[in-house]
Amino acid sequence: MKGKLWAIGAVAVAAAALGYIALGDLGENLVYYWSPTEMVAAKEKAIGATIRLGGLVEPGSLKPDGQTLNFRVTDGTTAVPVTTREVPPQMFREGIGVVVEGTVDDAGQFQSKRMMVKHDNEYRAPEGGAMPSDAAMFGTLEGE
Amino acid sequence: MTGEIGQAFVLGGLACAAAGSVAGFGAGAMRSATGWLWARRLAYGFAACMLLANLTMEYALLTHDFSVRYVAQVGSIDSPTYITIVSLWSSLEGSILFWGLILGAYVAAATAANRDENPSTMPWAIGVWLAVGAFFCFLLAGPANAFLPAPNPVPLDGPGPNPLLQNHVLMIIHPPMLYLGYVGMTIPFGIAAGALFAGRLEASQIVPLRRWLLVAWGFLTVGITLGGWWAYEVLGWGGYWAWDPVENASLLPWLTATAALHAAMLPHRRGALKGWTVTLVLASFLLTLLGTFMTRSGVFNSVHSFSQSDIGPTILAFLSVCLVFSVVLLALRVDKLEGEGAVTAVVSRESAFLLNNLLFVALTFTVLVGTTFPLLAEAVKGVKLSVGEPYFNRMAVPIGVAILFLMGVGPALPWGQASGERVRKQVLPPLGLGIAAMVVGFGVGLREPWPLLTLGCGGFAGYVTLREMIGPVRALVAGNPGTSALGAWAAAVPQALTQSNRRIGGYIVHLGIIAMIVSIAMSSAYGVDAEARLTKGECMAFEGYDICFEQARTVKESNRTLEVADFRATRDGESSLISPALASYPGMMAPIGSPDVKSTLGYDLYLSLMSINGDVAGVHMFRKPIVAWIWLGAGLAALGTLMSLVPSRKAQAAAVAAPVAAEAASK
Repeated sequence: MKGKLWAIGAVAVAAAALGYIALGDLGENLVYYWSPTEMVAAKEKAIGATIRLGGLVEPGSLKPDGQTLNFRVTDGTTAVPVTTREVPPQMFREGIGVVVEGTVDDAGQFQSKRMMVKHDNEYRAPEGGAMPSDAAMFGTLEGE
Repeated sequence: MTGEIGQAFVLGGLACAAAGSVAGFGAGAMRSATGWLWARRLAYGFAACMLLANLTMEYALLTHDFSVRYVAQVGSIDSPTYITIVSLWSSLEGSILFWGLILGAYVAAATAANRDENPSTMPWAIGVWLAVGAFFCFLLAGPANAFLPAPNPVPLDGPGPNPLLQNHVLMIIHPPMLYLGYVGMTIPFGIAAGALFAGRLEASQIVPLRRWLLVAWGFLTVGITLGGWWAYEVLGWGGYWAWDPVENASLLPWLTATAALHAAMLPHRRGALKGWTVTLVLASFLLTLLGTFMTRSGVFNSVHSFSQSDIGPTILAFLSVCLVFSVVLLALRVDKLEGEGAVTAVVSRESAFLLNNLLFVALTFTVLVGTTFPLLAEAVKGVKLSVGEPYFNRMAVPIGVAILFLMGVGPALPWGQASGERVRKQVLPPLGLGIAAMVVGFGVGLREPWPLLTLGCGGFAGYVTLREMIGPVRALVAGNPGTSALGAWAAAVPQALTQSNRRIGGYIVHLGIIAMIVSIAMSSAYGVDAEARLTKGECMAFEGYDICFEQARTVKESNRTLEVADFRATRDGESSLISPALASYPGMMAPIGSPDVKSTLGYDLYLSLMSINGDVAGVHMFRKPIVAWIWLGAGLAALGTLMSLVPSRKAQAAAVAAPVAAEAASK
C-alpha cells in the first residue's frame, strides 16, 4: 500500500511538472488571428508575436520592389503595411482576401513569412464591397 | 424514390441498433440466452441495413440522381466514375453514412468472431456497440441526413466533390483507412465496457480486446500516415505534419491506443493493471469521438474544414454522454478487476512498459492541451488564436526520443526481475551500436543534438529489435543440429514465422516505427528550401542541382485544367524532369497546387509551383533527406500488424480444443 502511495505521489509530481512546462510553453507559442484593427489595438503586444493577419489586399497598394513585395492589408477601417520576400501564390492580387503570417518588427513594420489567399470552394465575391466575415476569412486557405 | 429507399434503410438500421442494444444490455444483466441470441441477430440486421443504405447511395451517385440532395452537392456528370464512387465519403453526410457501413461491418465481424466466447461479457459489449450504432443512425436520420430530397427544381448537374480531395489518389484511400481506425475503436471500447459491467477481465477477454484494438490501431497508423503523405504530395508546402488540430485529432487516439496495446500485455502476463488497461481503451474511444467532433463540426480553421456543419453540438453531446458513462462505469466497477498481480521488479520489462505508458499519456496530454486550448480561449475570452508548432515540437521531440530509447530497453529486459549481469549482456552491445550510429552521424556532419540522439536511440532500438526478432529462429536452428547451417535456417524461418507470428509481427511494427521516427527527425532537421521566380530557359543552382525552367504547357482533362511547368533538375550528370502544376477546377475561384516530387531512398527533391504568368514561374523547391522511409516504415508497421493478427498455430489449436473441452465438461 505504501508503495502504491509513493507511485501515485511520483506520478502526481510528474504530471504537475509536465503541466507547468506545457502551459508555460503554450503561452510563448501562441499564434494570434487578428484583423488590421485588432492588430493595431494590440500595440506592443504585436511586436515579436506570431500573427495571422487577415484582410483584403488594398487596391492600389501593391508595389513589387526587386525580390521584396510591399502592400497593405485592410479590413475597411484600418490598413496595415506588409512587406515580404516570399513568392506570392498564383491568385495573389489587389482586392483579394489574404492571410499573411508573420510578425511586427521593432520598427512597426509587418514582416510576412507566409502568404495564403482565400481558397474556398463556396467563395462568392462579397456583395457591394462588404467585408467577408471573420470565419470566412480564416477558413480554408491555400498553402495550409 | 431512391432517397426514400435509402431513408428506409437508415431507419431500419436505427431500429435494429436500438433494439439490439437493449437486448444486449438486458442479456448481460439477466444472463438471458434468448436476449443474447436476439442481440446478435439485430447486430447482423443493423449491419445489413447499413450496407443496403450505402449501396442505395452509390446507386444514386452512379445514376446521377440529382433529386437526392447529397448527389446534387457532390456529384457531377463530368467526374470520372471512380471519383463518383468515392464521393460517397467526400462530404459530411456521405461520410457519416460510410461511417455507418464500417461500424456495421465491424459489429457483424466482432459478433460473429465472439459468438461462442465470454458469455458473461459479450452481451454487454454488443449492447455498447449497438448503442454507438444507434447514435450514428440517429445522425443519419436527422441532422446529417444524406437522403434528403434536393430543393426544387432538381438541378441538371452538380459541382463535383471538393477539388482538393479529387486532386490526388491518396485522398481516395486516406479517409477510409482513417475511418476504419476511428470506428474500429468502438469494438475494444465495447469489450472493455463489457468487462467492467461483468466485473472481470481475464485472458479470454484480453485476447479479443487486444486483437480488435490492434486492428483499429493498424488502420489508424496507415490512415494517419496516408494523410501526411497526401499533405506532402498535394498541399505544396513541403511538409507532412503541421500539428494542425485535425491532424492532432487523429494522433490522440493513436497515442492512447498504442499505450493500451502495451498495457494489455501486463494483465495478460502478470494479472496486473487491468483497470489501467481498460481506462486507456475507454480513453482511445473517447478521443476518436473528440476527433470526430473536431473534424465534423467546423470549429477549427483548418485545411480539413471542408466538412463544416451543424452536427457539432450533437456529436459533442454524445461525447459528453460517453465520457460520463465511462467515468461512472470505471468509478463503480474498476476495483472488481484488480487484485491478482502487481508490478514489483524495478528493472524488468514490466516497468519499461509502465514507463512507456506514462510517456504516451504525457504526450497525449501535451497534444490535447495544445489542440483544445484555442477552443477554450475562443469560448471564454472570444480571442481567435492557435498554438504554434514550436510548442508541440518542444514537447514531442524529447518524449518521442525517450519512447524510441524505451523501444530498445523494453524488449532487452526479461519479464520479472532481471539480474545485473543479464542486463549488461543484453543492453551493452546494442548501446554500442547506438553510440556508433551517433559517431557516424557526427562524422558526416550532423551537429544538432536531438537528431543525433534520435539516430543513436534508433540504432540501439533497431539492434535490440532485430536480435529479438531472430531469437525464435536461432532457437529453432540450435535445436536442429543435424542438417547443414543453411538448410537449418531455411527450415527455421517459416517455422518461426508460423509459431511466433505475433511476436515477430510485433517487432516488425517496431522496426517500422523506428524507421519513421528517425526519418521524421532527419527530414525535418536537415531539409533545405528556396524560392525563386524563373523565366523560361533560366536556370538556378539549388543544393548541387542545376534547375532549369524549360517550358510551360496547358493540359486539359475532363474535370480540370492543368498549368504545368516543366523543370529539368541536373546533378552529377543525371537529369530528371520535374513537372509541378496548378490545377483549375470549374466552379473554383483559385487553382490548386500539384507539386511534383522526385523521391529516392536518400533524398526527395520537391518542386511546388506557386504561380505562373506567361513565361515566368514562381517556384518553391525543397530537398529533404530520407522522407521516403516514413512511408516505408508505415508500410512495415502495417505488415507487422497483419502478421500479428493471423491466428498462430498455438492459438488455433487452443481454439479447436476449447469448444471440445467445454462440450466434454458439460456432459
